[in-house]
Amino acid sequence: MFTLKVFPIMRELTYAEAIREALSQAMEADPTVFTLGEDIGVYGGAFGVTGDLVHRFGTERVIDTPISELGMAGAAVGAALTGMKPVLELQFSDFVTLATEQIVNQAAKIRFMFGGKASVPLVIRMPGGSGTGAAAQHSQSLEAWFGHIPGLKVVQPSTPHDAKGLLLAAIDDPNPVLIFEHKLLYRMKGPVPEEAYREPIGKAAIRREGRDVTIVATSMMAIRSLAAAERLAAEGIDAEVIDLRTIRPMDTEAVLKSVRKTSRLMVVYEGVKTLGVGAEVSAAVAESDAFDFLDAPIVRLGGKDVPLPYNPILEKAAVPQEDEIVNAARRLVREGRV
Amino acid sequence: MTSATRLKDHAVSFSSSRTPNQRPEFAILSDEEIGESYRLMRLIRRFEERAEESYTRGLIHGTMHLSIGQEAVAVGIVGALKPHDTITSTHRGHGHSIAKGADPARMFAEFFGKSTGYCGGRGGSMHIADVEAGNLGANGIVGGGLPIAVGAGLSAKMRKSHQVCVCFFGDGASNEGAFHEALNMASIWKLPVVFVCENNKYGMSMDISRASAVPDIAKRAVAYAMPGITVDGNDLALTRATAVEAIERARRGEGPTLIECKTYRIRGHSKSDRNLYRTKEEIESWRAQCPIERFKAEALDLGRIDAKAFDDIDAGVEAEIESAIAFAIESPMPDPTRLTDDVYAESLPHHA
Ligand SMILES: Cc1ncc(C[n+]2csc(CCOP(=O)(O)OP(=O)(O)O)c2C)c(N)n1
Ligand SMILES: [Mg+2]
Repeated sequence: MFTLKVFPIMRELTYAEAIREALSQAMEADPTVFTLGEDIGVYGGAFGVTGDLVHRFGTERVIDTPISELGMAGAAVGAALTGMKPVLELQFSDFVTLATEQIVNQAAKIRFMFGGKASVPLVIRMPGGSGTGAAAQHSQSLEAWFGHIPGLKVVQPSTPHDAKGLLLAAIDDPNPVLIFEHKLLYRMKGPVPEEAYREPIGKAAIRREGRDVTIVATSMMAIRSLAAAERLAAEGIDAEVIDLRTIRPMDTEAVLKSVRKTSRLMVVYEGVKTLGVGAEVSAAVAESDAFDFLDAPIVRLGGKDVPLPYNPILEKAAVPQEDEIVNAARRLVREGRV
Repeated sequence: MTSATRLKDHAVSFSSSRTPNQRPEFAILSDEEIGESYRLMRLIRRFEERAEESYTRGLIHGTMHLSIGQEAVAVGIVGALKPHDTITSTHRGHGHSIAKGADPARMFAEFFGKSTGYCGGRGGSMHIADVEAGNLGANGIVGGGLPIAVGAGLSAKMRKSHQVCVCFFGDGASNEGAFHEALNMASIWKLPVVFVCENNKYGMSMDISRASAVPDIAKRAVAYAMPGITVDGNDLALTRATAVEAIERARRGEGPTLIECKTYRIRGHSKSDRNLYRTKEEIESWRAQCPIERFKAEALDLGRIDAKAFDDIDAGVEAEIESAIAFAIESPMPDPTRLTDDVYAESLPHHA
């Protein structure tokens, strides 16, 4: 009657451990790969990501930098331009503001400006997001800024599996890739294969299939949307959850296909709602044939138009929470609007 | 070397080993100033110890950066300012705020996320500011305050307000481009800014010997044609005397000074620091250099103030901290429906 399927039990790692494993496998396989950043050596990284790597690869390949974000980003660009594969860690993604000149004016444009005669195979990893009480200058989600820049790729892994696979793909990529990790995810555990596998940059993942509403989400919001979808299922609402994983290039085809099926679209993201990822996803649907399939207006749940506050009640109120996703999806499906 | 010649000399010195009664620095402190400086250092110390305890008890969200061991820099320097002068502070800024007159009750309230806090619960430990009182803000961005101090100096010059801005920053911050841009601008425009580097040997885990090409940050002043001096930052009388001179110079329109205060943070960088990058012995050797105990011992030695007076000050500090915490605990949480208030101002501010 019952057939018991036996799966090999997959080893679990935390998101931080998965990133460390990707770094270590890439460094083992390729002597041109190295990593640099603030306090990534003996301290092991502000969020413990690099951990013991300095003891395994030495201070020449796991480089503690002075507090000089513009300088270290530029040094990474220069090294990438001349044959190395740097993986730069910015301690908090908020500090990318100090490094933006080198990322936006230099790294993103060199290939094109030089007539295709050079490339910048650079990876920048940085934690973003709120939820730790770190307040306005340590909690932002700035990925959409960089999604606006041709020449960059922008990745937001939401699981340990993707954190490893997307980092290895980013290191292989001949272009500058920015990886926005999420502080609340570092300790999350999940299955991670031991071999050095790649997850394709630019492909979304369907986390849950459903018929009633498409929820497109990124990073921590993909996790919250999936939890919300399980609660909705108990009420008879069948949500499809798409984790974008990459916002540039964006897998709009996966979104359009889903909308043609469900006829309802909700986009959930932590960055400020205005002029953000949700606008791009919505416009992609509005500009396509999938628009004809819509039975209801598109809904965007994004960060409020405020800097992130310190007080935990205010902080929660500033970005989408699970309840809000459940309520919005329920109204969208039941009442045709939010 | 007298204090009058110190600032003219670009060479660095790191000395306060003379016995107190030979020290001219102590002479500039009145008895009241001795008592008040001690009181402020105690207040900062006890404030941070109780903040740490509150953190452990789960009353504080997020993280915080303690300046335990560095109190003589904040109190020594800020004590040389006039009330209308300004400061820019750092992520390790509790001492700067208290020295500039902040009320510990409103600081605790801010840490507890309460509406009565300095930022209405929106900023937390890293963003304490009181612009009206001349505190232009702690800063979550390393080096963030350096160019802002230049702007405050430029504004003071343009408004002819005779205000001086003291800019606090760490040894780590001096490796940001902002440091170099700020010092140069302040110097070419002869702005009334005093740059105060709190060199506590580390930027988070990074030993200054690995992060900076020169061991003394004050040496960098040479490149910006301003006086640079290194002092023992755990010596309150010395930091005060040095600040008095640099501030007078700035007020006379002669331009900025870079003061490097060598000190040490006894606690970890933040609440998640495991101290893997330094030894217990090093921490203990600096604990023995406690700026508060040193100052007290010297003042007693000099007979400037008696032990009973110190005890009274300690008791006053305890009472103040106790009532500050009670105020913070009793204060209300902010109203979440007002979340989006104050993203924009409605009208221009009016400055005196
Ligand atoms: C631009 C920027 N980079 C990095 C950080 C993370 N960070 C906060 S404090 C700190 C160390 C700062 O060292 P220092 O300036 O010496 O000040 P200290 O902590 O020793 O008081 C670092 C790396 C930050 N807040 N801002
Ligand atoms: Mg320091």
